[in-house]
Parts: sequence; structure tokens; C-alpha cells
Amino acid sequence: MNLLEIKNLHADVGGKEILQGLDLTVKAGEVHAIMGPNGSGKSTLSYVLAGKPGYEVTQGSVRYEGKDLLELAPDERAAKGIFLAFQYPLEIPGVATMTFLRTALNAQKKRRGEAELSTPEFLRLVREKAGGLGIDQDMLKRAVNVGFSGGEKKRNEILQMALLEPKLCVLDETDSGLDIDALKIVAEGVNKLRSKERAIIVITHYQRLLNHIVPDIVHVMAKGKIVRSGGPELAQELEACGYAALETEAA
Amino acid sequence: MNAEVRPIRTAAEQALAADYQSAKKRLPGGPAFARLREQALAAFVEGGLPHRRIEEWKYTDLRTLLREAAPLADPPDKATFARAKKFDPLPGVDVRRVTLINGSFVGELSDLVQPEAGLTILPLSRALAEGHALASRIGRLLPPYYDATLALNTAFVADGIVIGLAAGSKLARPIHVRHLFTGAAAAAAYARTLVVVGEGAIATVIESFEGPDGVAYQANTTAEMQLGDKAWLEYVRVQAEGDAAIHLATVLADIGAQAKLHTCSLTVGAAVSRQSVFLRCTGAGSETRLSGATLLRRKQHADTTLYVDHMTQGCSSREMFKSALDDESRGVFQGKIVVRPGAQKTDAKMMSAALLLGDAAEADNKPELEIYADDVVCGHGATAGALDENLLFYLRARGIPRKEAEALLIRAFIGEAMEAVPHEALREALLARAADWLAAREHAA
Repeated sequence: MNLLEIKNLHADVGGKEILQGLDLTVKAGEVHAIMGPNGSGKSTLSYVLAGKPGYEVTQGSVRYEGKDLLELAPDERAAKGIFLAFQYPLEIPGVATMTFLRTALNAQKKRRGEAELSTPEFLRLVREKAGGLGIDQDMLKRAVNVGFSGGEKKRNEILQMALLEPKLCVLDETDSGLDIDALKIVAEGVNKLRSKERAIIVITHYQRLLNHIVPDIVHVMAKGKIVRSGGPELAQELEACGYAALETEAA
Repeated sequence: MNAEVRPIRTAAEQALAADYQSAKKRLPGGPAFARLREQALAAFVEGGLPHRRIEEWKYTDLRTLLREAAPLADPPDKATFARAKKFDPLPGVDVRRVTLINGSFVGELSDLVQPEAGLTILPLSRALAEGHALASRIGRLLPPYYDATLALNTAFVADGIVIGLAAGSKLARPIHVRHLFTGAAAAAAYARTLVVVGEGAIATVIESFEGPDGVAYQANTTAEMQLGDKAWLEYVRVQAEGDAAIHLATVLADIGAQAKLHTCSLTVGAAVSRQSVFLRCTGAGSETRLSGATLLRRKQHADTTLYVDHMTQGCSSREMFKSALDDESRGVFQGKIVVRPGAQKTDAKMMSAALLLGDAAEADNKPELEIYADDVVCGHGATAGALDENLLFYLRARGIPRKEAEALLIRAFIGEAMEAVPHEALREALLARAADWLAAREHAA
């Protein structure tokens, strides 16, 4: 069964149509890359999947695990296993990262009817996941993303993903603002999460990230829809020729 | 007297004046205090209840809000003691607790035994009746303008707590003055707390105010604090009155040289409440930090009005007041900082921020600076706004339901006002009371 099935998706933001008939099918175990120039609608797609208010679907359907995704609230989608790693993770003054992580994990568990983790269980889990991402105790005590560097924010996103163990991960330009070392740490974190049960959609502007997270399928977005799909070699072709060639092709 | 006498206009004003005449013989205190009462009443007869055309009461029209003067509350009966005994408004905090019910000191529920060295603590009624040395300190602090609620308190107060700390002494544990109202009928209770902190002495004093929902009682309280040089007082107040109550509080403090006064107030109760805070930095180099969190719902109205008077040089003051206003509630913050001509090197910053949670909620912010010195650093800021939708989405995208996400953000917002309380258990207890408010909000949806 397809994990995610998007058909003819049209979506407006602020009265402007950004997605204009997008189709995409993702199966569990696959890693998809979505590339495309600025303004092609990549981030809009990620927000529509996560359920951000103000992103209005006007046509088409999104089915997740065979059911209508669009009727669910953002927190219901998260509990069902959808995770969006934000391009610009938000700062939350006054909320300690630990509190945030624990509230999120337990809220999801509660909604799924699972037992919440005890404090020692939770601490052990966080320590285990954080270590590999180079996130120390001090960072966990600080308010969520407040005063974090760009790299720390992105690593924090990956930590949340590792902790919440989603079925569908959407990484929205996770490589933006990262130097090569940080990129490697983040990519390694993502690669650890690759599994038969999980699908990953990597949204990126550059091919660079895809050297570290090698996708099974590469899609090219332009003007609100997917205009080409292919194997990893498509990313290299784009890197060589640029999006301009492709846009004339699509037009 | 050739002053223009304003005729008493409202039924409540007339009733209050009449109540005084019939009550005054029963009220404690020697001739000196009786004179204070008479003066206070005369001021009230002249000034009456404040209304919206009085600048300091612009947003809290007491003349309209206090339509009837409730009769003076009866002393509590023993049946209520047992219930009051079980009730702990700040669980987990190791305190010396004293209890006032309906404005009367209750010995059975108060711990006055074995005071630590340097501590004097006794009921105000006794201090007045016996002419205790500390009694002469009552009523010394006066606001810069006529204040009706303080005048009524001085005229009617029958009891309260008097706390004195000798120079250099240190309280081993906080003193918690618990004010309770009991009874099913509307009544008025007056109480006063006097705290005299000697030179270099250190103390934490907590006052809490609670009563039953649905009873339109009127609680009028005054706290007078006199800090000697280098004294350090942490003062915390929790106003959690019943939902139909009117709570009128006056806090007065004189702060000596290099003394520290830190206060934190949590306001969650009463239909209508007002806390007027009048501070005077009388000695050079003192440090004042005032913070407060106000959490309101339905049609609650809470007013915090500050007057900080920098009378001399080198004093710092910080004010940080946060309010979260749900439904149709209204939060008022008025803060005035006065820097007198000689008060050079004053460092004063005032911040008030309101979170509008309900569509019909209202926040009124009125910061004022009145500066007569030229070498000072003074500033104020005021904000009002809704919860950040982008932050809410971020939290929800991690699986946190909307109401819970809101609670996290509200707690973070108001928590800042309580963070500075150094006593850890007390701070946790305050945060727990705020969490109760948030939990009730979450479950109401």
C-alpha cells in the first residue's frame, strides 16, 4: 500500500495558487528528493502536508495510509506519524527543550493510546538519541532553539524526529544554513532513520545534501507541480544544467 | 476647615460612613490610633469612592463597581476552623503560618510559638490594644494622593498581623499570612499587615487571599512594609479570592539605603480586584524588583497600579508585569515612576505585557515616567498581543494538541514574572497555582 498518495493537489496561500495540480506517490521504505527553484512550491507542499493554517487546499486529495489526511488537525497528523523538519525552526522563549520534547512525545503516545514514558525512561531515550547528534545536556536545558546556531537548530529538528519516530518524514531545506560538518551530522542522523517502515521526503534546493542522503527517487518541481521524476542521476543533471533549462522545458 | 466639601453621593458611601460610626467603639487602638481612624474617615467623607474621572482609577470605577457597602464581617465561627486547617494554598512550602479569617486573627490556626531570635510577631488587634511599640509604626506610610481603599482600611481595620525583625536578624522560614473569607453572605473584611525589617535583616513574607466562589464579599487589605538600611525583604502575594469577590489591596513600602525589596504577585481570583502599590526609595542605593502575573477569565477585572517614588540617588527599580486575559476579562496596568530632583543615578525600568487570549478581552496599559533629575536611566515598555500562531503550529506539528500548546506558551509567558522568586519551593508553588489555572482552561474547552 502507498504510504502517501497525492493527486492533483491545488493549494492557495493568501489567495494565490501555489500548488497547481501536484501528483506524488510515496511508499514506505523509500527516500524521495524534491528539488526545484525558489518559488516552485516546495515549502508549500511541506506545510500542506503538516496542516499549517492558511494553506488552503482547493482541489485534489492527499491520502495517508489510505485515509484522507486533509481533514486532520496538525497535531493529529503528527500523532499518526507525519513529521515536518522546519526550514526555519522557531524559537520558543521560556519553554525548555526537554519540556518540549517530553510534552510532544507524551502527547503523541497519549493520542495513540500508548503508555507515557516515565522520567527515567524519557531521559535515557533523549540521551541516547542526542549523543549521536552532538547535542549536549546544556542545549537540552535551554529554551527551545533560543540562542541556538543554525546548525544547532537543525540538529534539534533531527533529534525531535529521532525521538518521535515518525512514519513519514518531510525535511524542508534541512541543508540550508549548514556548513559541511553540520550537514554531515544531520545527514547521518537522517540516514540512521532510514528503514523499511519509514518514508522520507527530502526537499532541497541543492544537490549537495543528496550526496549524503542518497534518494531512491528524485522529483523536480516547477510552478506548483512535479515536472520530472527519475533516479539519483536526475539530481546530478540538475546540478550540471541548472533549473533554467528545465523551466523552459516545462513551459 | 474651608476646604470644599464634596457631598456624599452614593448609598455605598453613606453606608460606609454610617457603619464606621456604629463600629468605632468596638475597634481596637488607643487615642492616637483612634485619631488616625477619624482622619481617615474624614478624608473618605470628603473624597468618597473614586470613579473614572479620577486619573488613578480611570479603568476601575470603584464608585460604580462598589454599589453596596457590605456589612462588616462577623468573626469566624469554630466550625470553619477545621475546614480552614486542611486548606493549604501553597503546598510544599515550609512556612510559619498565621491565619486571618474574615479579617480576624485566628490563634488556633496560627503558629506564633518559638519565634526565632529577633522576630516579633503578634496579632494587630493585640498590638493596638496593648500599645505595643510596633503599633506606633502603623499608618506611617502614606500614598502621594488620597486613596479611598487605604482610608477605609485605616478607619475600619480591626485585626491583622504585625511582624518585626530586629536589626541583623534573619527569618529561618518564610512567614505566610493566610487571609481567608468564610461565610455565605456578602460581608466586608478589613485586615492589615505591618512588616518592619530592621537594618540588615532578611525576611520572606507571603500573603494569600482566598474565599468561596459565588459570594460577593469585599476584602480590603493593606500591607505596610518598612525596610531599614541594608534590609532585604522578599514579599509574595497570591490573590485567589472567590469569583464574586471584590479585592482591594494597598501595598506601601519605604525602602532604606542599600535595602532590597523584591515582590511578586500572582492574581487569579476575584470578580474585581485592585492592588495599589506605593513605594518610596528613601535611602540611597536601594534595589527594588516588582513582578506580577495576572491570569483572568470570564468577566474578571484586575487592576495593578504602581507608584514608585525615587526620592534619593542611586536606587534601581525593575517592574515586570504579565497578564494572560481570557474570555471577556480585563487587565489594567498603570505604573508611574517618579524621579525627584536629587535622585541622580536612578536606574528604573518598567515592563508590562498582556496576552489577549479571549476575543473580547481587554488590556489597558498606562506607563508614566515623571523625571526631575538629569542623570538617570529610565525606560518603560508595554505590549499587548495574541499568542503567536506560528509558534502554535510548530508545537502542534510535534503532536501537541492546541489547548496544550497554548498552555505551554502561556506558562512560558507568565513564568518570567515568577522566575525571580529565589525561594525554590515557593516559586514552584506559585507556578503550580498558575498551572492549575491553565489546566482549568484546557479542560473547559
